[in-house]
Amino acid sequence: MSCCAPPMALDGAPDPSAAQQEIHLASRDLGNGLRQSDLAVPGLHCAACIRAVETGLARLPEVELVRVNLSTRRVAVQWRGSAAPELLTALAQLGYPGHLFESEAQEKDPESDRLIRALAVAGFCAMNIMLLSVSVWSGAEPETRRAFHWISGALALPCLIYSGRIFFASAWAVLRRGRTNMDVPISIGICLAFALSLYDTIHDGPHAYFDAATSLIFFLLIGRTLDHLMHEKARAAVRGLMRLAPRGATVLDADGSRTYLPLADVAPGMRIALTAGERVPVDGVVEEGASELDCAIATGESAPRPVSPGTAVQAGTLNLSGPLTIVATAKAESSFLAEMVRLMEAAEGGRARYRRIADRAAALYSPVVHATALLAFLGWIAAVGDWHRAITIAIAVLIITCPCALGLAVPIVQVVASRRLFEAGIMVKDGSAIERIAEIDTVAFDKTGTLTYGQPQLVDPASISAADLAIAASIARRSSHPLSRAIAAAAPEGGLTLADIREHPGLGVEAELDGHRYRLGRAEWALPDAADTQAGGTVLSRDGSLVTRFSFAETLRPQARAAIDALHARGFATVLLSGDRLAAVEPIAARLGIESVSAGLLPVGKVERLAALAAEGRKVLMVGDGLNDAPALAAAHASMAPASAADIGRNAADFVFLHDGLDAVPTAVAVARAAGRLVRQNFALAIIYNALALPVAIAGYVTPLVAALAMSLSSILVVANALRLDGGRAAAPAKPSPRPARGLAPAGQPSP
Amino acid sequence: MSSLVFLIPLALLLGGAALTAFLWSLRSGQYDDLDGAAERILLDDEKDRKP
Repeated sequence: MSCCAPPMALDGAPDPSAAQQEIHLASRDLGNGLRQSDLAVPGLHCAACIRAVETGLARLPEVELVRVNLSTRRVAVQWRGSAAPELLTALAQLGYPGHLFESEAQEKDPESDRLIRALAVAGFCAMNIMLLSVSVWSGAEPETRRAFHWISGALALPCLIYSGRIFFASAWAVLRRGRTNMDVPISIGICLAFALSLYDTIHDGPHAYFDAATSLIFFLLIGRTLDHLMHEKARAAVRGLMRLAPRGATVLDADGSRTYLPLADVAPGMRIALTAGERVPVDGVVEEGASELDCAIATGESAPRPVSPGTAVQAGTLNLSGPLTIVATAKAESSFLAEMVRLMEAAEGGRARYRRIADRAAALYSPVVHATALLAFLGWIAAVGDWHRAITIAIAVLIITCPCALGLAVPIVQVVASRRLFEAGIMVKDGSAIERIAEIDTVAFDKTGTLTYGQPQLVDPASISAADLAIAASIARRSSHPLSRAIAAAAPEGGLTLADIREHPGLGVEAELDGHRYRLGRAEWALPDAADTQAGGTVLSRDGSLVTRFSFAETLRPQARAAIDALHARGFATVLLSGDRLAAVEPIAARLGIESVSAGLLPVGKVERLAALAAEGRKVLMVGDGLNDAPALAAAHASMAPASAADIGRNAADFVFLHDGLDAVPTAVAVARAAGRLVRQNFALAIIYNALALPVAIAGYVTPLVAALAMSLSSILVVANALRLDGGRAAAPAKPSPRPARGLAPAGQPSP
Repeated sequence: MSSLVFLIPLALLLGGAALTAFLWSLRSGQYDDLDGAAERILLDDEKDRKP
């Protein structure tokens, strides 16, 4: 089983007691002291993985039951005891790094079960009724026909009540608000067909439309169920991504003891201990310690910000190098993060006003069809004066003008499109997102974390002598600071044995090698005697004298340039909206060829820029990842976020792409546009078909056999047309980039 | 006609039994992890393993 990760050594493990308390906090109580934790483990691929994880975790003393779900890449662990087992450490040691999964979000989705049950009942009834109908059509004796009609009626009733209520409920909900959607003509058609057939069965008439009514429900439910399951799968994949916001904080009491409190219980004035690698839970002020904060997710700044006692810190920023003690100044619900949520709620609106294509079509379609049926009824009354004949024909008009093809026209195309995007690593949260992204003409990008990784890269490592670089890299490996990581990544693992390694938070790392004292870090600190500490910078020094200087640049995401070029080639305008300094933004914009640049924007500023673009009549796709982008993601006409985005950004975005490459943006737009074309074709097919069938129905030649044939043919036509969608294949990346996005592996990625 | 009197109810009964079985399997969570079920067949039971 070569696909599976080998067990790996753990380095830089987070504080185990805090991690354990976090597991406890996120678990569910099952009663009798039994608790369940759910973990997302993206690395699960095969039977060997299942075995390794299940047996490995079951060895922990507290654990009672471990169950791997391979489809969702999740592990459910039941355990008892007061302290949580060290599940995350154990998983990492097994070679399957995982993270806690929201326990409240993992409840089974009731809607998909309801749809599948309704589909099963409709399928059973429709198939049996069709079986009986075939013998009626082929000329059964009147006595047999009568019996078969009664049996069909008895089968159709549960189908109508149990499966049909999904359409009735939705139709009733919009009718009450004085609007109409596709479910209104469907519901009217089904109910009238059933009522007429029942009347004819009682009066021993030759024709009953039970088969038409039930197979209509069955076909439409297939489309609706597939649509729901596809988007549910995508949403589950997004929910399975690692949570970036902390669940709680380690609070220091007056007597020096530490307790891990849930975020909601952290009050202003509490002192919070923050180790390197943790995110700041609430807004606060540094009381003790010196470190650097990575603000990429929070404000979009790419350079780490040094902090010392007295500095105010924002919730959501990441502590990089040293332990800090901060004093909370705000509760969690009034922190920076909560501020973003408020802005998001205020910004939402354009999207809520959007009406789905199917509903807009239904608004045109139902008056026409219902008026035609009424005219046919009045016409036949005037012509022959036979009430029963006239009603039969009016209902035949309603059934034959086939809401079936129209009801399937949109969902089937969107299922195929979502599937294509899912294969390309792009998760679509709902169908309306595909319609909206197809309309856009402008793409707005965030810089840090979206166009770039937000992590620096060493500039021109070839110009530094290999020996110096090896020493620097060996020292840098001992630190988790982003600049150290960039240096470490630039040189292969060396066999140098360092002694007396010390990390000085906010300054750098020092170590001893061959009797010399090396310092890697800020110039002012590494070169204390040097006169030319020109604007700081990062240097390597030996015994206080300069060895070499390092300069850094941000790494662009793979295919960033190609993606922007592809967008320009298709006539989209691009805009860069960044919270970073103009000096950091402009070189990136120049490298990528983006003309319109706004830098130093606050979150509100991004929303205002989008509002200004919308006022010009533009439809904007916002691509962003940070906390500060979340309001803009909610305000834009459509939005996309990478898998590494902040939690609320991921939730606000319509699309989440799991692979690193920025080519996901043109791919999503291309697939959505192809889907839009197919939807329009499907509507055209349905309208042509209706135009052909309507005269036949009005002339009174529609028997149940004709209705059943016509309905099936039109549905097959529409579904076959939807399957032609290949926009994703043409534009899809050849292969995903080898580098996983900040420790996240796509859940939908097939095993290699 | 006489054969239909018992054949049709029989057919409906069998179909109904299949429907019930499907609804039961859905409710008891047998469709929750289709990929896992496909792979688990490759795993030995703990008690079947040779010592």
